[in-house]
Amino acid sequence: MKSLGSIRRDFAPWNDPNAKPYIQFENVTKKFGDFTAVNNLSLTIFEREFFALLGASGCGKSTLLRMLAGFEEPTAGRILLDGQDLRGIPPYRRPVNMMFQSYALFPHMSVEKNIAFGLKQEGMPAPDIEKRVAEMLKLVKLEQFAKRKPHQLSGGQRQRVALARSVAKRPKVLLLDEPLGALDKKLREETQFELMDLQQELGLTFVVVTHDQEEAMTTADRIAIVDRGEVMQVATPAEVYEAPSSRFVAHFVGNVNMFEGKVAERAANTTRITGATGAQIVVENSTDTKAGSDIVFAIRPEKIKVTSKKPADAVNALEGEVYDVAYLGDMTVYHIRLDDGQIIRASALNAARVTEDPLTWNDRAWVSFRPDAGVVLTR
Amino acid sequence: MSNIAITDAGPSTSAKPFLTRLAGGFVSRLVIIVPYLWLLFFFFIPFIIVFKISLSQSAIAMPPYTPVLDFRDGISGFFSGFRELSFDNYVWLTQDALYFKAYVTSVIIAAISTVLTLLVGFPIAYGMARAPATIRPTLLMLVILPFWTSFLIRVYAWIGILKPEGLLNQLLLSLHIINQPLIILNTYTAIFIGIVYSYLPFMVLPLYSSLEKMDYSLIEAAKDLGCPPTAAFWKITFPLSLPGVIAGCLLVFIPAVGEFVIPDLLGGSQTLMIGKTLWNEFFANRDWPVSSAVAVILLLLLIVPIMLFQQAQARAQEQDK
Repeated sequence: MKSLGSIRRDFAPWNDPNAKPYIQFENVTKKFGDFTAVNNLSLTIFEREFFALLGASGCGKSTLLRMLAGFEEPTAGRILLDGQDLRGIPPYRRPVNMMFQSYALFPHMSVEKNIAFGLKQEGMPAPDIEKRVAEMLKLVKLEQFAKRKPHQLSGGQRQRVALARSVAKRPKVLLLDEPLGALDKKLREETQFELMDLQQELGLTFVVVTHDQEEAMTTADRIAIVDRGEVMQVATPAEVYEAPSSRFVAHFVGNVNMFEGKVAERAANTTRITGATGAQIVVENSTDTKAGSDIVFAIRPEKIKVTSKKPADAVNALEGEVYDVAYLGDMTVYHIRLDDGQIIRASALNAARVTEDPLTWNDRAWVSFRPDAGVVLTR
Repeated sequence: MSNIAITDAGPSTSAKPFLTRLAGGFVSRLVIIVPYLWLLFFFFIPFIIVFKISLSQSAIAMPPYTPVLDFRDGISGFFSGFRELSFDNYVWLTQDALYFKAYVTSVIIAAISTVLTLLVGFPIAYGMARAPATIRPTLLMLVILPFWTSFLIRVYAWIGILKPEGLLNQLLLSLHIINQPLIILNTYTAIFIGIVYSYLPFMVLPLYSSLEKMDYSLIEAAKDLGCPPTAAFWKITFPLSLPGVIAGCLLVFIPAVGEFVIPDLLGGSQTLMIGKTLWNEFFANRDWPVSSAVAVILLLLLIVPIMLFQQAQARAQEQDK
């Protein structure tokens, strides 16, 4: 699994047993009345890491961030930052800064006053503040907007002011709550890359909360998938996508096809699975599964090949009928109804401009894939 | 009206039939004319009458001033009456120190009461704005509830509370906090208590509406940037609630300056306030012209600073855009 590492080739402290953890959640539980927002959760984040908490709304990811910022205290467990227990330290004494989802820019202050706010609290001398503010304005390319008030800016500009304000104090950790949530799609994509560049440039630890899997995949070194107050998987984007640890993660990140069946025959490294209607597939499987037990094979749409004739050399080939075709420009998505009734989603890159004899509605078609194209899930 | 202006500028309106547009314009114009008519009939015209009386001379007659300015002697009689008008009464106001003192005391009492009302009202409004959304309507109701009882009765009730053998003194004596009854009734303290009590809703409501609109994440952002709670209050909450503070202060200060009932009932005979002076001139001395002059000066005293302030605000807003 060496190909499923970090995009930053030389940066993988989570694989280094000697690396010192920077932020540690140790068995943290947070309850609001009867509701358990975070349930006995442990998590380790390293210095200079871009860490994403990904989950649906209400899964507890924002509560984690707010506990780190000091707006909430854990009901049980503890949070350590650089070895120091954060319990009891009020938000205004924590070396972390947060970028709020609503930006929370002070409406009665100009852009430069907003950015200078935290520095003034610190008691930084005025000339230094001026210098730092100018530096921050340059960083987010808002030099000519210094005197404007927040309501005179566009959404994207406000987002950048919020970002500049939260990094101006050079915090040990920057917390970002849905930092791109309020931007439109195009701007969001651009800003994702800007965020990554900024993190590299400043060398800060970023913890970002998002419900947008694409945003998490693009920006983060590692992603924690959170569901109902628990961490489902912590891994690099590639690992989360290619080797999801559970059905939940597989479904949550990207699209996936699930073959459910029983173990028919087990060899050293492969397993033959019999589906409900008797169709058989052979998949790579290193987990110890007994013959006859239930098993799920998860495979991503782009790993499935769709052809009009049965491929001669394929280990796994299943026949069906084209049920839906969606042309997306860069690729085409097929929904194939297999003869046993299951609908398979497959996508094909449109590498050539013109395809001879393209598949269309109600055509007979074969789907084929390699035994190692997907993963066996036991959870 | 702004709606109309926008659609008029748009290209789509040219398709609208001319008559529909005209009718729409008429209705919306009527809507803004009504308040102006109200102000004209119930503020401007009465004010002109009061102003005219203030320029007249006191007389033992009915009405008790001359000239009356009517058409009994024809149109020429009406106009010849104008020649008798003079500013004598205003000169008189400057000659007797009583009026000057009454104005100054009124303004000082009103200013102190306004500050006290703000001090009492702000925590109440803040608490209401931070209360769970479900109980806010109830709290709002409680603030307005006193209005359901007559103002006069509520002020009378304070006599029963504040008098030497009243409820407050009985309570404090029985708790052995004091040995002798406190003399509160018929002092300025009683006036302050009365004004703060009576005008509190006028302070709380505008404050509440500006505090309720405030995004609480601003406070969190301030704390996050290293600002302790007290500093966050002065740097964020208070400046943002300023429109409410100003509105509340004006709503308390203006009526408090001319207040008559509270100083009369709670302040006793020694307290000197312009409302009481005016009442005395009007009913005890039956000097309508002088009391009218007192009223006109009072109005100018209040209106001029407010107008200057509003102009300054409008200019500041203009600059912001």
